[in-house]
Amino acid sequence: MKDIAEIRADFPILNRKVYDKPLVYFDNGATTQKPQCVLDAVDEVYKSYNGNIHRGVHYLSDMSSEAYEKAREKVRSFINAEKREEIVFTSGTTGSINGIAFSFGERYIKPGDEIILSRLEHHANIVPWQMMCERKGAVLRVIPINNKGEIILEEYYKLLSTKTRLVSVTQASNALGTVLPVSEIIDAAHSANVPVLIDGAQGIQHGIVDVKEMDSDFYVFSGHKIYGPNGIGILYGKEKWLSELPPFQGGGDMVDKVTFEKTTYNDLPFKFEAGTMNYPAAIGLASALDYVLNIGRENIGSREKELLSYATNRLSAINGVKIYGTSDRKISTISFQIKNIHQYDTGMILDKMGIAVRTGTHCAQPVMDSYGIDGTVRASLCFYNTKEEIDTLADGIEKVKSMFA
Amino acid sequence: MTIKEVQDNIIEEFSLFDDWMDKYNLLIDLGKELPVIDPKYKIKDFLIEGCQSKVWLHPEYDGKLITFTADSDAIITRGIVALLIKVLSNRSPGEIISTDLYFIDKIGLRQNLSPTRSNGLLSMVRQMKLYAMAYNAKNKYGN
Repeated sequence: MKDIAEIRADFPILNRKVYDKPLVYFDNGATTQKPQCVLDAVDEVYKSYNGNIHRGVHYLSDMSSEAYEKAREKVRSFINAEKREEIVFTSGTTGSINGIAFSFGERYIKPGDEIILSRLEHHANIVPWQMMCERKGAVLRVIPINNKGEIILEEYYKLLSTKTRLVSVTQASNALGTVLPVSEIIDAAHSANVPVLIDGAQGIQHGIVDVKEMDSDFYVFSGHKIYGPNGIGILYGKEKWLSELPPFQGGGDMVDKVTFEKTTYNDLPFKFEAGTMNYPAAIGLASALDYVLNIGRENIGSREKELLSYATNRLSAINGVKIYGTSDRKISTISFQIKNIHQYDTGMILDKMGIAVRTGTHCAQPVMDSYGIDGTVRASLCFYNTKEEIDTLADGIEKVKSMFA
Repeated sequence: MTIKEVQDNIIEEFSLFDDWMDKYNLLIDLGKELPVIDPKYKIKDFLIEGCQSKVWLHPEYDGKLITFTADSDAIITRGIVALLIKVLSNRSPGEIISTDLYFIDKIGLRQNLSPTRSNGLLSMVRQMKLYAMAYNAKNKYGN
């Protein structure tokens, strides 16, 4: 594995200063920084071979189309999907979930049907289902969590019933870092003949994801959270589902024949890719996935585990710091509060020390409600962060405490 | 003092500090000096919700001047609230409506009033002007 100095040198932005202080970037849960190879890949599209995909007979269009389809193949092998037809490009995790919620609702949902989510979901995995439920007269059921921020599996088993049509849960909580027991969730759903969507927005960048082994029916994630460009995401769906579901958007490229009387749809995956897709970002994503493979997903996982344990020890040793989300299985995300100090105040002072954290409810208000708090400070680390940066955060917290004492 | 003079005083006070931490320490102190809002007004009717911090704002109009009291759950926000109160409280509706708040920009706190920050401050300024407009209309047209 590359050493940490080499890794950091791959990410130009990590070198910069903010307010004359070296940047400490601990907001990777919101978006990750991009290695030079990703910037180059996107740049290269526009410089050398930009042409709209699947449209032209000309050279550039062919080159772009080929690179775009290669990117699809890269994603397929990265998550070990069976077929390239099962990989749909979208705008991001939110776009993927909205699409499935719409199509699944249109095809399968009747009044009184139930969708199961967990209390740990990001709003992106709540609101699209709520909108669908309102349209179709269906009902959301929510798996509760315990004090450590883990879902309570026994309660989930009780919620599964003949009314359940789909289970949609996150792989890891963006607000607390908890990793969910997805294989238990999927096994139980499948024995009740219920399909499962896994929101991988906070999962895929932290370890190996194998959708075949996981056996999820749908798996979605965002490119920009795994070192790729913004504006590109993935919707993986088993072919049997994707071929049965209606498209969620209409437009060019997704059609087979169009007359004003009737339109027939293109084959998978194009049926779900209406309009001009963000192919430069898809090509950049492929480069990001290559970068991750090159570093090694086991290496990333073990390095982040080490950072998490160091940060957890360092922060919990500070008088007055309370960590929310204390499961044994976590991604490298730490949510905390300092006693009697508002998270916004903490975030503002840390910012001026060059430390980028997120404050507030993290688009997961139900999680905050279950602890009776209105927000936390979240430090979300990844493999390019260092123990020295964690020390800087710890010093920052001491400084905040002294200022607001 | 005119609104302009108050703003210029604030700008001068902040210009003494180059360091961000000193500016924030000043804001923290200002927040502590803020006249306390009557707890009976810390209710939903007077709450300006931001997703980062909350602000409560209560107006009182004696027929000539509007007096604002306010509070926030975050101390830095409360410091900026205190500055806004200094500038805009005890003024006539007409003055409040026509004021250009240039001091925020000048003391380097503009980011705190950006719509994306969502800390309740931008809405607070808007709300102060809305109260002023409402009282102004009441004066002109009665109830």
